[in-house]
Amino acid sequence: MAAAEQTPRNGDAHDDSSDGEPVHRALGLTDDELDRIRDTLGREPNHLELAMYSVMWSEHCSYKSSRIHLRRFPTEAPWVLVGPGEGAGVVDVGDGIAAALRIESHNHPSAIEPYQGAATGVGGILRDIFSVGARPVAVMDPLRFGPLDDARSRWIAEGVVSGVSGYGNSVGVPNVGGETVFDETYQGNPLVNVLCLGLMPTERLVLGRAEGVGNLAVLLGSSTGRDGIGGVSVLASAGFGDDEADADKRPSVQVGDPFEEKRLIEACLELLDRDLAVGVQDLGGAGITCATAETAAKGGAGMDVDVDAVPRREPHMAPFEVMTSESQERMLAIVEPDKLDDVLAIARRWEVQATVIGTVTDSGRLRIVTAADGGGPEVVADVPAKSLEDEAPLYDRPRSEPADLAVRREDSANSLPAPSDLGADLLDMLCDTSWVWSQYDHMLFLNTVIAPGGDAAVLRLKHPTTGVDTGRGMAMTTDGNHLWCAVDPRLGSTMTICESVMNLAVVGARPVAMVNCMNFGNPEHPEVMWQLSESVDGLSEALVAFGIPCIGGNVSLYNESRGADIDPTPVVGLLGLIEPLERVPPRPRLVEGGALILVGDTVRELSGSRWAASQGHRGRGRLPEVDLDAVSVAAGVTRELVAADLVLGAHDVSGGGLGLAVAEMAVASGVGATIARIADHVDLFSESAGRAVLCVAPDRVRAVLDVLEAHGVAHSRIGEAGGDRIVVKDLLDVGLAEAADVWRNRLPDSIGSGTTQG
Amino acid sequence: MNVAVVAFPGTNCEMDVVEAVRSLGAEAQVVFHDGDHLDGVDAVVIAGGFAHGDYLRPGAIARFSPIMPAVGDFAAEGGPVVGICNGFQVLTEAGLLPGALQKNAGLKFRCETSELRVETTDSALTGEAEVGQVLRIPINHFEGNYTCSPETLAELRAEDRIVLRYVDNPNGSVDDIAGICNAGRNVVGLMPHPERAGHELLGSTDGRVLISSLLSAAGARSAVSA
Repeated sequence: MAAAEQTPRNGDAHDDSSDGEPVHRALGLTDDELDRIRDTLGREPNHLELAMYSVMWSEHCSYKSSRIHLRRFPTEAPWVLVGPGEGAGVVDVGDGIAAALRIESHNHPSAIEPYQGAATGVGGILRDIFSVGARPVAVMDPLRFGPLDDARSRWIAEGVVSGVSGYGNSVGVPNVGGETVFDETYQGNPLVNVLCLGLMPTERLVLGRAEGVGNLAVLLGSSTGRDGIGGVSVLASAGFGDDEADADKRPSVQVGDPFEEKRLIEACLELLDRDLAVGVQDLGGAGITCATAETAAKGGAGMDVDVDAVPRREPHMAPFEVMTSESQERMLAIVEPDKLDDVLAIARRWEVQATVIGTVTDSGRLRIVTAADGGGPEVVADVPAKSLEDEAPLYDRPRSEPADLAVRREDSANSLPAPSDLGADLLDMLCDTSWVWSQYDHMLFLNTVIAPGGDAAVLRLKHPTTGVDTGRGMAMTTDGNHLWCAVDPRLGSTMTICESVMNLAVVGARPVAMVNCMNFGNPEHPEVMWQLSESVDGLSEALVAFGIPCIGGNVSLYNESRGADIDPTPVVGLLGLIEPLERVPPRPRLVEGGALILVGDTVRELSGSRWAASQGHRGRGRLPEVDLDAVSVAAGVTRELVAADLVLGAHDVSGGGLGLAVAEMAVASGVGATIARIADHVDLFSESAGRAVLCVAPDRVRAVLDVLEAHGVAHSRIGEAGGDRIVVKDLLDVGLAEAADVWRNRLPDSIGSGTTQG
Repeated sequence: MNVAVVAFPGTNCEMDVVEAVRSLGAEAQVVFHDGDHLDGVDAVVIAGGFAHGDYLRPGAIARFSPIMPAVGDFAAEGGPVVGICNGFQVLTEAGLLPGALQKNAGLKFRCETSELRVETTDSALTGEAEVGQVLRIPINHFEGNYTCSPETLAELRAEDRIVLRYVDNPNGSVDDIAGICNAGRNVVGLMPHPERAGHELLGSTDGRVLISSLLSAAGARSAVSA
């Protein structure tokens, strides 16, 4: 084998690509980044090395524009076992069980090829979860598409939902919730986020570390093909332009095989169960380069990779193609040599391909070796592993608030003319999303107590290997609100956490961990960086107030289409615990004769609301003030009321305000409601934080009010459930049957009206 | 009482069936497809999922697995065999039940709770139920649209072999068929998942009467042969 000092021969980086653009730029590296690579290596990098740096230093893999801000998240709590920076965050949830949580985006691939983009998003997040030793037990999909009246957006929506369904159902992980949002800001650039929860016995927790000189790197799973080459740099780290150019990017999208993934999950978990692997690492963005560099860097080791050993789908693949391919369903296991036979036997049983492709060294360097040129083994790349993983550039990109911010803030939606037909405005907001989630297996593993369609999914907590029911439950919610964040990314982000906390509270759950997916526009726009920075602060302030640690996250930048950035869309996922889980928690339902109580204080402000957006008022005014202490108390008391079984139905109040909350409860249960003491449309549609509607049996009302009063929580009795109409006295009166029809049919009718492939 | 729960690569409901059987006090274990015998088994359940990824056609590859001749022998001896969802598809592909399952009429995957009417109690899965009883049990499939020749349908009707019908047909199945049995009445296939309706917290316990019926059928046969 060649010495480390030798300059590997694999082309000259000065070669121009066919159109005359220097190679490093064609690969997405800047001139400064090239200089940095030269400094690190003390020489010119060759083609292969440049390709490896380009994928590892891509925005998607390195977080080079956002890391400086992400450091401000609160990440510590006594129950946190693994914080941000690993495959998944991990918390101790008691009874010897650890829960792994992770959220990812697959926005750009899904815009180009909706079915495979979404499908491989599911596959990728599952590998993140079982790479730490956890069995994936639930997935959630927060989805955002362009408006329903746009045929291409409908094509994307239908393809994404089919992809999630086709892959997730087959691989055998239930999809228990998420969100489905349609809005003009996502036209051409949908947001396809995916969250996964996994469980493991606490002692099985493993991390992707290559330790022990002489240990073997075993590649498990699919052969490597030309699919997804440069996906992280070509797709995920640039925006979209014209249709033709976008269509050309389609080969950068990977193709998923859920059956391969299912066998890979079972094989990897068996390896870990039997203690046959030192570390396991998923192959996601940047493929073998990322997996080998990360495991080596984190283990403080080096690795020699025999690129010829990598099984391939097609002949004549160059080393750079093999090293940067994002072919799906592959894992890297670090194995002690004397355990190799056992590992190979498990792989055979699960019909999973397993190949030794490398050896752990103490050189600290990632060296790629090939004998393909005929002669003996030759080193064709030789770089410090840490330089790929840890030493990516860190940018504090310029940020500035929008020039017209002060002017925009003075334009409150409260000054819009009062609506002439409040009932019609309310009906316009109703949309049953079951068309989406009824296509997902949401019941597998017999845990799903509250299915999608509620405020939070509720799952039984069973021990992942013994199956013993702990008698406790988990709740999960994902939330994001671009309309709020377009007005004020900081306060909007704070309100998003408040919504999540209330979503957990109404099912009786206490939050224990948060992950986030920061979906923003082009980081080279100072306004976008300002939005990102503000959002991080807004989320952090709320997390600190509620005592919730951030255990992981993902940043998706360059979400832009035809020059316009999307509205800032931080999406958060919260995990909560219900202790004990003795009965099905209340859902957003009304019960005939129940009293309706609004918990929390309504701030009279419509800016940032869905109603304001429906009137064309977006990104202007000021959001309703948030009193985090009051929200915290209101959430805690709501949780207490639910735990005491005093509540028949409950729904958080967020997008669409009190009006939509009550209407959704009514249509979902087939029971009408009569509300009084609502002054006007401002009170009805305000989206101020920290509120919920409770439906309470008449003989429990006194007890509920006593608890609310004892804790000083603002509340009001607003009416009662019953009848076949939704009535807000002096403001609106619509038939329940009509509302239910609108609610139920909006999505299937819209999608059914046809799609246009982009 | 010992139930073998057959799993192929890609099967994913096997542990759910094991849990449902155990919750009724019987023993159950997963039997992987690469074995070629079933020893000391009182009943066989082929669990749902996506055996071999549903590639080619659901059940089309699984029917050739080493375990399938043993399942066929067990059925030929009168042993109770139930195929749930993908298991039903495997049984039709293996020729242990007539007909086939094609794509749902709406061309969408459907996961929801369905209402089923018990049409006969003379089967390995319904002995403890009542004719006309309506059960709330989840479905979870893309290819659950049962079809067969008119002659087969006439035979199934004449011989009282339609075990379960949908109250509100979700997938286009001929004659609203959700489950059928063989002429011996010991092999039953159904698209709905009784194991998913076995706990108060999961919204329905109506699946218990079916699993319990299977255990009784297995017990009765074991008592006779013992």
